[in-house]
Amino acid sequence: MWIYEKKLQYPVRVGKCDVRMARYLMEQYGGADGELAAALRYMNQRYAIPDKVIGVLTDISTEEFAHLEMIATMIYKLTKDATIDQLEAAGLGPNYATRDHALFYQNAAGVPWTATYIQAKGDPLADLYEDIAAEEKARATYQWLIDMTDDVDLQDSLKFLREREIVHALRFKESVQILIEERDKKRVF
Amino acid sequence: MNSQERVWTPYRGPFDPCPPVPFKTYVVPPNQFINFQPPNLPQFTLPEALKAGTLWPALFSPYESKSKGGK
Repeated sequence: MWIYEKKLQYPVRVGKCDVRMARYLMEQYGGADGELAAALRYMNQRYAIPDKVIGVLTDISTEEFAHLEMIATMIYKLTKDATIDQLEAAGLGPNYATRDHALFYQNAAGVPWTATYIQAKGDPLADLYEDIAAEEKARATYQWLIDMTDDVDLQDSLKFLREREIVHALRFKESVQILIEERDKKRVF
Repeated sequence: MNSQERVWTPYRGPFDPCPPVPFKTYVVPPNQFINFQPPNLPQFTLPEALKAGTLWPALFSPYESKSKGGK
């Protein structure tokens, strides 16, 4: 059960009409290390993981959906008023041919999202290390996206999202420590 | 350059076709030095925390765009 708040986790302001960035941002929308892949990966892995770390996966998955919404907002703002010529110049001609101005879960190269991007191994350490790697890859993707735009407003939102990936990776590392050390058993009062 | 940045020099061959890059960088964020966050770390104020993306300065990782318009 979820409660939806009709606002973004962090404000998304786009200060420059740069349709090109819409295409590159799709890497974080429907790419292998994107927010959709992250959200679905954790939301699925949480069922077969020790009780102590289920909540971490649920919480982070939920936040990834909030990030997905931010990325969608960026892409939509950048494309909603774009002419066909502008879309074609940005490499989004094929997207227009298929679906007008609609968004779709695909990466920057136009490859549609696939469930093969994510894994569930059923071994808690294997799954958590996959999750840590996914967060670091998403952090790197955000860095390259920040590098590709000179729009400081867009950079601001992307920097927020990048920092969240760093915090998530730490939370997964802590989950690993909890499973390794069985922390509760060691505690003496 | 901030303390989370690392620099390395790629190999430069005698017959490389393009002008060489002098060095490359990568970021080592603070999560690499913390295995388990200790309690009672100093916190940002709430507006600062929203802007930073984290409540704790110890977890904050700055990143500036390599694009010219970056701050």
